[in-house]
Amino acid sequence: MDILYFAWVRERIGVPREALETKAKNVAELVEELKAREERYAVAFEDLSALRVAVDQELTDFDASLENATEVAFFPPMTGG
Amino acid sequence: MRVIVQEAPFDLGAETSAFAIGETKMGAIVTFTGIVRDLAKTPLEAMEIEHYPGMTLKALEGIAAEAKKRFSLGNVLVIHRYGRLTPGEMIMMVATAAPHRKDAFEGAEFLMDYLKSRAPFWKREITAQGADWVASKDADEDALTRWEAKP
Repeated sequence: MDILYFAWVRERIGVPREALETKAKNVAELVEELKAREERYAVAFEDLSALRVAVDQELTDFDASLENATEVAFFPPMTGG
Repeated sequence: MRVIVQEAPFDLGAETSAFAIGETKMGAIVTFTGIVRDLAKTPLEAMEIEHYPGMTLKALEGIAAEAKKRFSLGNVLVIHRYGRLTPGEMIMMVATAAPHRKDAFEGAEFLMDYLKSRAPFWKREITAQGADWVASKDADEDALTRWEAKP
């Protein structure tokens, strides 16, 4: 699965994307898995209310299923326009 | 419906004229343009706009399609830039065509409200003091509840 990070999430984690083998069933489980890896992930995912997530390029929630998902992206609230 | 995501500047006049040309069933065209605003305290050197290439176009097309569903609109145009922009540069534009002005105005406003907080762009302000990500505003999220309340 490809994990993508944008804006300050990317800066805190230090990479724009990485490939990961995961058994996480939903986004929340994936977040817990990442947080357990290293401190930089724990810092980036400390406050989920400050984050948004997209699964396969569709905006969704942290309880969204990862079944058949190939790409998950984490980022702060968007500031377009 | 035309949705464009690009780094290069766009020509507002040319885009608007091209959008308007040949419209005979439409009585109104509304355009909105967002420009890079200088900061009040420290001069802004640049605004950097990051986006999510795989998702941006899809998200914008979804928003434009929703606007067409909700309002009586003819054509819809969305152009949004990314990359490094300086104060006064145009960031984005939307144009809506409708038989009557109310739909054209409301359609443009709907597009803008959703574009602000549902299209994957992130702005960063660069000054002599450093770089700061622009925080989203509660007001931008609140703006969406207005549209959600009236389907």
